[in-house]
Amino acid sequence: MRRWLPWGLALVLALLPFGQAFNAPGTLNLLALCLVFAGLAAGYDLLFGRTGLLSFGHALYFAIGAYLTVILMNHGFALPVAALLAILSGVVVAALLGAVALRVDGIAFSMVTLAFAQVGAIIVARDPGGLTGGEEGATIAKGMPDALVGVVNTVNLYWLALAYLVVVLVVLHRVGRSPAGRVLSAIRDDARRVGVLGLSPYRYKLMSFVLAGALAALGGTVYVLVVGGASPHLASSDLTLTLLVMVVLGGPGSRFGPALGGALFTFLDYQLTDYATDLPGPLAQPMFVLGVVFILAVYFFPGGLARIGVTLPGWLRRPARQEA
Amino acid sequence: MSTIVLLAVTGLGLAALYFLVASGLSLVFGLADVLNFAHGLFLSVGAYATWWAADFMPVEAAVLVGVAAGVATAVLVELILIRPLYRRTIEQVLVTVGLSLAGVALLQSVFGADPRPFPRPTWVEGVVPVFGARIPADRFLLIGAALLVFVALAAFLRYTRYGLIVRAGVENREMVTALGIDVRKAFTLVFAIGGAAAALAGSLAGIYFTTVSPGTGGSLLIFAFIVVVIGGMGSVPGSAVAAILVALLQQFVNYYGGSGAGDVCVVALLAVVLLWRPKGLAKA
Amino acid sequence: MILDVHELDVHLSGLHILQGVSFGVAPSGVTALLGRNGAGKTTTMRALVGLNPGTGRVLFDGADLAGKRTHERVQAGLGYVPEDRCVFAGLTVTENLRLAARGETDLDLVYNLFPELLKRGQQQAGSLSGGQQQMLALGRVLQNRNRLLLVDEPTKGLAPKVVTEVAEALERVGATVPVLLVEQNLAVVRRLAGTAVVLAAGSVAWTGDATHLLGDAELTTSLLGVGR
Ligand SMILES: Nc1ncnc2c1ncn2[C@@H]1O[C@H](COP(=O)(O)OP(=O)(O)OP(=O)(O)O)[C@@H](O)[C@H]1O
Ligand SMILES: [Mg+2]
Repeated sequence: MRRWLPWGLALVLALLPFGQAFNAPGTLNLLALCLVFAGLAAGYDLLFGRTGLLSFGHALYFAIGAYLTVILMNHGFALPVAALLAILSGVVVAALLGAVALRVDGIAFSMVTLAFAQVGAIIVARDPGGLTGGEEGATIAKGMPDALVGVVNTVNLYWLALAYLVVVLVVLHRVGRSPAGRVLSAIRDDARRVGVLGLSPYRYKLMSFVLAGALAALGGTVYVLVVGGASPHLASSDLTLTLLVMVVLGGPGSRFGPALGGALFTFLDYQLTDYATDLPGPLAQPMFVLGVVFILAVYFFPGGLARIGVTLPGWLRRPARQEA
Repeated sequence: MSTIVLLAVTGLGLAALYFLVASGLSLVFGLADVLNFAHGLFLSVGAYATWWAADFMPVEAAVLVGVAAGVATAVLVELILIRPLYRRTIEQVLVTVGLSLAGVALLQSVFGADPRPFPRPTWVEGVVPVFGARIPADRFLLIGAALLVFVALAAFLRYTRYGLIVRAGVENREMVTALGIDVRKAFTLVFAIGGAAAALAGSLAGIYFTTVSPGTGGSLLIFAFIVVVIGGMGSVPGSAVAAILVALLQQFVNYYGGSGAGDVCVVALLAVVLLWRPKGLAKA
Repeated sequence: MILDVHELDVHLSGLHILQGVSFGVAPSGVTALLGRNGAGKTTTMRALVGLNPGTGRVLFDGADLAGKRTHERVQAGLGYVPEDRCVFAGLTVTENLRLAARGETDLDLVYNLFPELLKRGQQQAGSLSGGQQQMLALGRVLQNRNRLLLVDEPTKGLAPKVVTEVAEALERVGATVPVLLVEQNLAVVRRLAGTAVVLAAGSVAWTGDATHLLGDAELTTSLLGVGR
């Protein structure tokens, strides 16, 4: 029964566009975006929640997938070829940079990934050869398959985004249950012990890093199809930080928490941007609200949404309990 | 020749900013293991406080207001947000991440997202001839301020009891407590120092770039992180050397290799240092 | 008893390392804490000074140490000399001593016990020899007024001559301040200790007179292993 629940959920999500309330193109587009970020957050959690690696450079791989897809398509490559090349590039870059960054541990690793990703942001901003479009970003000018063009086909984009999320979750599930996945969680809990077992934490960490990079690049490809282009924000460190926020809000290391966090965060971000402008002072800034919520969540709801069933009752009971 | 001199002095000015941001970051990290993403916020708070205060007083005094605001912010952040999470390194990073996101948004809502013209003391407007190059005087203000802070920090670390505690704590925090010292007081102090230096950097960055915007802190912070890693965490002299190295490299390559190339070179330098000396220049 | 340890339990990285350790430390003289490698001696010492989280009751001179943080325990007069010295390598000898000074100090005693430290005041502690580092680690704590000393393997890895020197120093100190001493060198134990507490696999396996223990070859072998 439990085994089929996720698939049931996926089916419900797949059928959602047939509901009256959801089939407006604007709504579907937002939902598709939520699904893309759900997948991205889940992929990022492979590093953070499952391997214990705090990367501040995940945006780089997302941006590689996004920009290369746009650029290659605009240079006449068919979508599948462009997507494949984009993802492969993500893999290669992740392997190279990961190999260097993983030479240091803990917080230093975080800083180094941040620095590497900064190069991506710089290149995007510099607009070499007019490829990335600098501040303006790059839009897909040609090569879009007919099935993905036009308002009536928004639903296909939605399904594409859903498919991406499903792929990410299935990959993560597979990895989690494989022997390698168990090594990863052992690394997260205590890297030294893995070393003692004669396994090289480095190789497993690198594997996790590259796989997460590939999933992010794939996400970039799906993203540009949904949105129609790439913008410099995709390469910024802020994007990685928001991924981190999504994962922590959802529940790092849990099965569906990060995806839920990603979808919810994206949804709220857009809703707040639309409706909050009338609110007084800093409340009008979505990032202010979400940042504060995030800080509160770190303090009061460790484990995020995935563990809220445990943490919330704890808080509700607390006042009644006497100090021991 | 005059171009080279100009580039070098301008690079040193930039190095001064990097050093001011990185030294505090490095001490906070070295002592308390806190990777402080909110450090850029201290910088922005300092800059905006100076910008605000300059309406009522000379810029020089307004800078002091900015520094005070930076210190106050840093101390509050340490006491209220960081301290309750003592030893939970990841949660501490997360909280500072949240703080940096929320803080920038807060600044944006108060001061607007657009850059504001920053007040400059009149005496930095001129140019100073050096070896035939005409160097804007503000470069020397930056360099002088950083030198002053460097000397003050070195004296603090070398000659005061708390400096001794900080140096020992960077090496082995647990052992400091095992000698009967409450090391957490030193945490607060180091945050205060870092907040002061960052806020000063904020004002100086405002003077140097002639504007201030909510994002100023964040963009300097990334290069400050690089400086910290290259210099070796917890080492003030390491930060100084790395700041000079990074800023000069960036300045020269950006000029001769096209804008952005220098930034990329800096990251490449980071990779090289990591492969060669994973703990940074200061630690063999 | 200057120190009463009652049912001390310590968990580290999810492992139950100490299981109900109970013993007392006499108000004078040296009490030896013995046991094979990995028995839990260091874990016990660290728990006593508050560096390892533990449950159970620890009374120091009648006062419960529960909830007291490490620096408060030390300030209350619990001097701790860790295993492996842990001197601050980047600080000079004098700075190491100055850092550890609490209130009124007796540096004369330290320089008297270890003249080497006076001679090398400006040397970086990291460049001292192992023996000198151990002297510094002891000196750091001995300069203060302590009500109890916790000393973890002070003779580990030292040449015989230095072992004697350290043992002499501990003997002199032990005459005025009670000491809980972890020690593998049984000659040193024989020379210093009155009472012995033997740990095995995280619990107390034997308590009694140290001379008695060391006089009984069979007992020694079964509790501490052979070849010593
Ligand atoms: N942080 C830790 N995490 C997990 N296990 C630990 C930790 N610290 C110590 N241990 C384990 O606890 C046991 C006791 O260690 P302890 O250092 O107290 O031994 P010891 O009696 O001092 O040994 P030795 O004579 O070798 O110094 C050992 O099995 C050790 O592996
Ligand atoms: Mg030991």
